[in-house]
Amino acid sequence: MSLLDIQNLDVTLALPNGPLKAVRDVTLTLEPGESLGIVGESGSGKSMTALALMRLLPRSATCEAKALRFDGQELRDLSDPAFARQIPGPRIGMIFQEPMTSLNPVYTIGRQMTEATVARGLLSEAEARRKAIDLLDRVGIPDPEGRMSQFPHQMSGGQRQRVMIAMTLMLDPELLIADEPTTALDVTVQAQILDLLDDLRRERGMGLILISHDLAVVAERTDRVAVMYLGEMVEQGTAQDVLYRPQHDYTKALLAAIPRLDGPARVPAQVAAAPEVEKVISATNLCREFHSRKGLFGPKKTVRALDDVSLELRRGETLAVIGESGSGKSTLARILLGLDLPDAGDVRMLGRPVLDLPGAERASLVQPVFQDPYTSLNPRRRLSEIIARPLVLRGEGDSASRLAAVKDAMEKVRLPDRLIHAYPSQLSGGQRQRVAIARALITEPEALICDEPTSALDVSVQAQILELLDDLRAKMGLTCLIITHDMAVVHETADRVAVMYQGRVVEEGSARDVLGNPSNDYTARLLAAAPRFGATQEMEAVQ
Amino acid sequence: MSTTDITLTAVEDSETTPLTPGQIFRKRLFGHTGFLIGASIILLIVLVAIFAPLIAPHDPYVQSLSTRMLPPVWSEGGTWEHILGTDQNGRDYLARLIYGTRVSITIGIGAASVGLVIGVTLGVMAGYFGGWIDHAISFLLTAQLALPGLLLAMALVFIIGPSIWVVIGIVGVLHWTYYLVVTRAATQRIRNLDFVAAAKASGASSRQIIWHEILPNLASAIIVIFTFELGIAILAESSLSFLGVGIQPPTPSWGLMIAEGKQAMFYRPWLVILPGICLFLLVIGANLMGDGLRDITSPEGRNE
Amino acid sequence: MLRYIALRGALALAVAFTVSLAAFLLLNVAGDPAQAIAGEDATPEVIEAIRARYGLDQPLTVRYFEWLGGVLQGDFGESYYWHKPVAELVVDRADETIALALSALSVTILIALPLGALAALNPNSWIDRFALGVAVSAQAVPNFWLGLIMIILFGVMMPIFPVSGDSTWKHFVLPAFVLGASSVPAVMRLTRTGLIEVMGADYIRTARSKGFRGWPLLRRHAMRNALLPVISVLAVQLGQKFGGSVITESIFAINGLGRLALESILGMDIPTVQMLIFVFAIVFVAMNLLADILNAALDPRIRIG
Repeated sequence: MSLLDIQNLDVTLALPNGPLKAVRDVTLTLEPGESLGIVGESGSGKSMTALALMRLLPRSATCEAKALRFDGQELRDLSDPAFARQIPGPRIGMIFQEPMTSLNPVYTIGRQMTEATVARGLLSEAEARRKAIDLLDRVGIPDPEGRMSQFPHQMSGGQRQRVMIAMTLMLDPELLIADEPTTALDVTVQAQILDLLDDLRRERGMGLILISHDLAVVAERTDRVAVMYLGEMVEQGTAQDVLYRPQHDYTKALLAAIPRLDGPARVPAQVAAAPEVEKVISATNLCREFHSRKGLFGPKKTVRALDDVSLELRRGETLAVIGESGSGKSTLARILLGLDLPDAGDVRMLGRPVLDLPGAERASLVQPVFQDPYTSLNPRRRLSEIIARPLVLRGEGDSASRLAAVKDAMEKVRLPDRLIHAYPSQLSGGQRQRVAIARALITEPEALICDEPTSALDVSVQAQILELLDDLRAKMGLTCLIITHDMAVVHETADRVAVMYQGRVVEEGSARDVLGNPSNDYTARLLAAAPRFGATQEMEAVQ
Repeated sequence: MSTTDITLTAVEDSETTPLTPGQIFRKRLFGHTGFLIGASIILLIVLVAIFAPLIAPHDPYVQSLSTRMLPPVWSEGGTWEHILGTDQNGRDYLARLIYGTRVSITIGIGAASVGLVIGVTLGVMAGYFGGWIDHAISFLLTAQLALPGLLLAMALVFIIGPSIWVVIGIVGVLHWTYYLVVTRAATQRIRNLDFVAAAKASGASSRQIIWHEILPNLASAIIVIFTFELGIAILAESSLSFLGVGIQPPTPSWGLMIAEGKQAMFYRPWLVILPGICLFLLVIGANLMGDGLRDITSPEGRNE
Repeated sequence: MLRYIALRGALALAVAFTVSLAAFLLLNVAGDPAQAIAGEDATPEVIEAIRARYGLDQPLTVRYFEWLGGVLQGDFGESYYWHKPVAELVVDRADETIALALSALSVTILIALPLGALAALNPNSWIDRFALGVAVSAQAVPNFWLGLIMIILFGVMMPIFPVSGDSTWKHFVLPAFVLGASSVPAVMRLTRTGLIEVMGADYIRTARSKGFRGWPLLRRHAMRNALLPVISVLAVQLGQKFGGSVITESIFAINGLGRLALESILGMDIPTVQMLIFVFAIVFVAMNLLADILNAALDPRIRIG
């Protein structure tokens, strides 16, 4: 008998503009102890499916199904109180994407761990406490006993996610649903958490449903994979089949769009190889510290964001700076853009100290593209104003010549003309990122600094933006600095790479050397954590 | 999280462009019952205030001993000559209520504007520059909140000498905290968004960033607060006038009319009830408008 | 935690000091106290004499520090109008106002908290709409007018509660209702939005995924989080009740600080007005400090930095 059997599930959201079918006719089964991955981009209905099963759908949503059986029991027959008593917790456990907010900030870890077992009368207070400590130990929390009396804000994101996992295990569920459990975490932590989930599943013979937008991550760790697209399940099969013999066009396109460590690397730019190249930007011995206080009177904290960082960007090359959150890579970008000043060290653009450059001149040398296209455009301005703004600030041209320049820039980034008077809210994320690139290009700068330009976008859109950047560079001889946390992006786009860790550059060199033969431990760890597909023959066929 | 970019190609190249923010705003505006009711009340009262001399059946200042305290037309002894009756000095009550709109509207708009200028200036400065400027302004805010506003307003108006301009000035100077709190928080949020960084990277000065990038994004919040402050200022004026330290007789102010009617309220209750209803309608109109605008411009309207 | 409280306390003192300075300056710059005492028809000689008698010929800063020095020793000066020490006047009348403020706050809590919570737990239901209606109306009613309507209703039509005076607890029912009603909208709205926000929080979803629903969910997971902001706003409202007592006390003829304030303003009795502003500000600051401490005790994010 299947552990889980969902037949023809529909979820409908009541939106202001009419009902939206978020999940359509989804059928899936899961055997005891089996692991299933559900993959899809944002809005594909993958989370809604899980929330419907747990009766955690938002108020505006309704769900219908032909069958919703768990361990042979029809869940639709249960009243809400009976369902809450029997199913969520003791039978099905669930962990969520946001470890930072998924624990109640005002109660101790110990209380949150033990309360469900004690409230259900399964264990005494003391037994529950002992079990909680054992589980915290099992999920890899150091000093579990001490942690019991701590509060969530005293732990890191990865630790909180471990606590969440331990907490669901308190009730020994037969099925664990993990909804994007590692999306908010750093790559190296991501791998540890996923491995932990996989180990626990084997130890306990639990069923596991792993929901993710990342096909590679899921395929590596599950027996079977289901692909969702626009609310429908377009493909289901063993992980190997879906990965190497995809049937549906969407799956094929999705696979082709994922940046891959083992795909073809880009051909290094020619200019970079020449011996006497001009340095567009050179930074030497940059240091930057941040002092923060909690509230008006809290104790002072000092964070060393940059520690003696030297870097140069040569004309025509693409340099990738890779690191995890907190590595100082974004601070570096802000300093190179002139948005922040280093405490020590200096930045030169085309040989001139950046401090001597007036704002307008600096703007003509280097321009930014930011991570989140939803915040990088002023929502109250039309595209024509946004893109032309750098020209206005420099006092260049009249309105007619500026309009022509805007049209030209929009064409370069392949935005349709008709959007010229649109507002950012009328655009998709990918289109917005194109606008940001157009704005950066309009003053024809020497270099672009792109801070995680694609990490807020879906995989398919990400591929398009990376391709656009690559094209522009080839056509315009643009110099690029790309900041990323994704080794595969480095592999596909960069000539050279600098690896940052805790405010320092720990390794630097040509992308091929660093990725192929890392000399630093941390680089090796990053590389190991990045998902890869293995054999590539089938992939070539897809492409 | 975004819910767009679902497909590989469809959304990117779709021909139908969603509505502009302005279009969405107008569409929601005319679909919001509360806002429509509030706006109609305010519009009506503003029109009455502007055209008071044309509408009023009598001169609001002419006293007549022979027609003192006539009841409204629906009570026994009421006449069509004085539809809402007359006051202690025989002045037509309807005419006085109509002219009272002028006092309320002038003081409401005036004082809310004074508060706006002070509060928004301080709020944007504190939010944008941060550091010691923010600490100083936040301290000022705490001190202002600690002051008993009504008491101070009463004392100051009375000492300086009551007039409509003094009331506007004092009420305005004492009601800027709401603007400050909201604009400071919003500015802090916007200041850290990437489009401000992009403007800086293009060489924009602080002044250019504040005017071009930040203020347009504060506009809707400021309008919302303005409508609420309108109601608060109108109530503050009526309280001052009621206590005898605001608008002075014979100017028709609703608060003052209630104070004058208080002596006779047990046997001539309409003298107190009618101006109160006028005040209630005007303030509820402003509040409904503010609530509506807040609903319409709330964050979920940012297409997230 | 101790450090936090100490610093909050220091800030409160600084605010009280600033407020006293602001009140002193505003009142003394706005008008000429000597002229006020002497009356409008007084000759310049009389005004000069008064100025010398009350020390008003000194520079403003000297007078402020003299006043402040007096305050620190408990001497708030002498009333121009009552010809008694101001402190004595205030202490005499404080009981009524404290009783009024506390009973008004109880009225606010009894109406606003249950209504706000019910509205939050049933968004868009009839109770939510009703609560919104109460809030919008209560916000638009002029407080003094509500008082007069109560007097007309209870004084003439159903004489259950007395409408004037302060001798028994019954005298406080109507004033407390009127004064308490003015705080209902703010407290109710905050309770409602706070609880809605908490109920939508990720940690509530976590608790629901562990099988918690209904009352246990509310009690064990939502209550404390939702109460944190409400405590602060209640403190602010209680602080404002003292200033708001001016209107209520004058309408219901309660012989408290509010009425004293009105009388001393109309009598141009600047030392008394000054002390009342100072006292009300101190009460407000103290209430906020209390709320900060309570919040720190309930919220580990403040307690353990």
